[in-house]
Amino acid sequence: MDAILIQLLNGLDKGAAYALIALGLTLAFGTLGIVNFAHGALFMLGAFCAVSFQKILTISKKVKDESITFFDAYKEQPYLEIWWGDTGTAIIDYAVPLSIIMAIPVMLLIGFIMERGLIRHFYKRSHAEQILVTFGLAIIIQEVIRHFFGANPIPTPAPDVVSGSAAVGAFFGLNENLVYPWWRLIYLVFSAAIILAVFAFLKFTTFGMVVRAGMADRETVGLLGINIQKRFTIVFAIAALVAGLAGVMYAPILPPDYHMGMDFLVLSFVVVVVGGMGSLPGAVAAGFLLGVLQSFASMTEVSSLFPGIDQIIIYLVAVVILLVRPRGLMGREGVFED
Amino acid sequence: MMKNLIKSNTVIMLIFAAVVLTAPMWTAPIGANYPDLLQKFAIFGIFAVGYNILFGLTGYLSFGHAAFLGIGSYTAVWSFKLLTMNVVPAIILAVIVSGIFALIIGYLSLRRSGIYFSILTLAFAQMAYSLAYSVLTPITNGETGLQLEQQDPRIIDSMFGVVVTDGLPSTNLFGTLMSGYSGFYVAAAFLIFAFYISLKIFRSPFGMKLLAIKSNQTRMKYTGFNTKPYLLTAFIISGMYAGLAGGLLASIDPLAGAERMQWTASGEVVLMTIMGGVGTLIGPLLGAGIIKYLENIFSALNKSELTEIFSFMPEWLQTIVVNISNVFVGEGWHLTLGALFMLIVIFLPGGVMEGVTKIKDFILGIFGKGEDNRTAEIEGEAK
Amino acid sequence: MSNILEIKGVNKTFGGLHALQDVNLQIEEGETHAIIGPNGAGKSTLLNCCIGRLIPDNGSVTFNGKNMIGMEAHDINHAGMVRVFQTPEIFPELTLLENVMIPALAKRDGTFKFNPFKSLLKETAIHEEAMATLADFNLDRFHDHHAGSMSRGDKRRLELAMGLIQHPTLLLLDEPTAGMARHDTNATIDLLKSGKMGEMTKVIIEHDMHVVFSLADRISVLARGHIIATGTPEEIKNDPKVKEAYLGEQEDE
Repeated sequence: MDAILIQLLNGLDKGAAYALIALGLTLAFGTLGIVNFAHGALFMLGAFCAVSFQKILTISKKVKDESITFFDAYKEQPYLEIWWGDTGTAIIDYAVPLSIIMAIPVMLLIGFIMERGLIRHFYKRSHAEQILVTFGLAIIIQEVIRHFFGANPIPTPAPDVVSGSAAVGAFFGLNENLVYPWWRLIYLVFSAAIILAVFAFLKFTTFGMVVRAGMADRETVGLLGINIQKRFTIVFAIAALVAGLAGVMYAPILPPDYHMGMDFLVLSFVVVVVGGMGSLPGAVAAGFLLGVLQSFASMTEVSSLFPGIDQIIIYLVAVVILLVRPRGLMGREGVFED
Repeated sequence: MMKNLIKSNTVIMLIFAAVVLTAPMWTAPIGANYPDLLQKFAIFGIFAVGYNILFGLTGYLSFGHAAFLGIGSYTAVWSFKLLTMNVVPAIILAVIVSGIFALIIGYLSLRRSGIYFSILTLAFAQMAYSLAYSVLTPITNGETGLQLEQQDPRIIDSMFGVVVTDGLPSTNLFGTLMSGYSGFYVAAAFLIFAFYISLKIFRSPFGMKLLAIKSNQTRMKYTGFNTKPYLLTAFIISGMYAGLAGGLLASIDPLAGAERMQWTASGEVVLMTIMGGVGTLIGPLLGAGIIKYLENIFSALNKSELTEIFSFMPEWLQTIVVNISNVFVGEGWHLTLGALFMLIVIFLPGGVMEGVTKIKDFILGIFGKGEDNRTAEIEGEAK
Repeated sequence: MSNILEIKGVNKTFGGLHALQDVNLQIEEGETHAIIGPNGAGKSTLLNCCIGRLIPDNGSVTFNGKNMIGMEAHDINHAGMVRVFQTPEIFPELTLLENVMIPALAKRDGTFKFNPFKSLLKETAIHEEAMATLADFNLDRFHDHHAGSMSRGDKRRLELAMGLIQHPTLLLLDEPTAGMARHDTNATIDLLKSGKMGEMTKVIIEHDMHVVFSLADRISVLARGHIIATGTPEEIKNDPKVKEAYLGEQEDE
């Protein structure tokens, strides 16, 4: 029972990342008709927003290390600490959550540039070409990141206060010693909030209404005389932002490296297809479902029965669903058939 | 297509064989005339030519063909371990086994079309990749990769009394070692054969039907064709080509690793095909050559060499140029690859072959010979 | 005369909409049968039910004594029922010659044949037949043009050629002259009346009354999913129910 709870939480965490990326992918498909293989790169860029923000905050000056008295020793001390003392230290400690402030404009800008500069010119071209050009872009983004940040994962810790673990066991009336990292729980809540925000935005704003109408029938909305172009840009920027925020918050869970985007992209694509292309609730549901399945498959009880199942469970489920229910869990008929 | 038929197959094959077999000579001026690289040209050429039979003729974009390459490699190495160090059985088995896998994966994936097909092939390839690293370790030897060992059984070899006492045995073709130029010539022979098959397919009713499926699949069904078996056959053939390429890779360097099956490797063959020209006969081969050549050059360069190359520039300019170009070389080769990928898809979706046609038309246009009968007739009609 | 196609009690609903209600129709061998009716009367739905694109909710479609319902499109084609589409469904990237060779190959090779080592150059019989068919439609001059580059009228004629080369027992024509200029329409009428085309059993869906009355041996009128009348052109002209149906539509417009 304890193990199941932990695996469930792990699965939900992973699933939340899949769901957020898949959400953006689906928004881009559904409204813009774009198959974006660079979407994983946006997630990765989000994570590197956290990394760079942390680096910026910890820009340091070489100062004499006073604690060592018998010879002249020097240490790096961040300017923030020099200027503001303990406040500075606290700010550095909160680098990850604070980097959201930076990530929002950065990701919106990246999304804006991507749509205006590249994606827009591919609306009318085949899906194969869309896949290929965004695949090329994804490679470029990840290689640029590697050039500047190196190939190794960069630890990006969560704030001290939440670096410990929560007594989830006690909370659920199970084993008292059962604990789960605070940050992961925060991540889960954060993801849920983002997902709800996106859905609320689509449901309750005029803009969202147009977007939903566009997903249902793109041509008709175009005929209504609504400026689709501008809205497309905004939708794409939002999709980029959602992926980016997912990346920022995931940084403390998985130290970011340059190829995390590709790793998540393939899985998220599978998630989208399982959920049903063009279905937002489908994407979210499939994200969590596959995350949890993957997590349970990695339990020793399961993997001793079916060795290696944790490695392939997602693909296996995807293949089965696509063959049995060709349009995915919640997909509509005729979407992206060609 | 009918127009091309005027050129006879024999003539084309003779020219092709001559060009391929003399490659060690004409690649000398561009510094590509060493065996390792030439072998890569030939092997990846086979891979791309085969991939083109699927993507070029039917338009189905598979993102999982590297899996068949990997399967071919593993099969070949097992043949070296269990049967004989002769490459012939290894390559035959590689083609057969990858063909069987292509049958299964193709049968399932082709139940869907468009992007769903791409994702299904991707999912299958990723499964193969993950399995090779985990459960299938007894077969694939996991991260280390499958290698030869001195105490391998090699049943056929030992029947003929070939005993290896010192170090690892070498792969051979009835005694000729597969290293160096002889390795290249074996690969080249397979390339010529593979190209011939592809030429025949392109110019057969079968090939024309595949093109028609790409053009309008619905119409094909109402015209009386069951399109599924056509697509599946094309898928299996291209899978077997990939298996052949994999088997050859293992024949030249008897080592098989799972990284060959990763989806980015599948992406590379797509790029080769697009780069040269999807659906053209020779394009994919050109694409494979260009990419392997550029990879060879770019990944070998480093900062000091760049400094030397740009030494003719004034110092301030040199520093800037070196620093910028340094991003694209060495480990940054993948960045160049990505950039190439984008440039080709954006500006030249027909690949190098389209570029060649455009240049040809342009030159003919200058000399006033560009008006072929077709345009003249259409203009006549308009009047 | 025997019935070549028999449609009995066919119903088809989309959601709550009755597209076809208890449709009965017999096509006799050798006749040219026109199906007319106001927009949305269910003409295309009826055609789609015949060729396997749609499956009727109930009723039967019997062609040459064989039940067609549930059959795959390619099998229906080989049974001898061939459809010519309203919007040209051609192979735009292929040449005109290849466009016509494909259906000829279908006729010869069946639903699937693996012959990757046969050269197209050696397909002289198919090649000649295709050229002759193109010539029938005055398209042979353009045989090496890409079909996608042709004018709309030429595409329509190419479609007819693609249908004809399969020597179907029954040819279903979905508005063969829609969007054509008057003189093209007349040329098409002549084409459909003369030669091999003239002898063939045809079902034509058409809006243009000029075309219908020039071609049809018999006419059926479809309105709101019902067949309201079937008869010779003369009978249809004087049928009060038909007048009502058409006048009703005109008021709507």
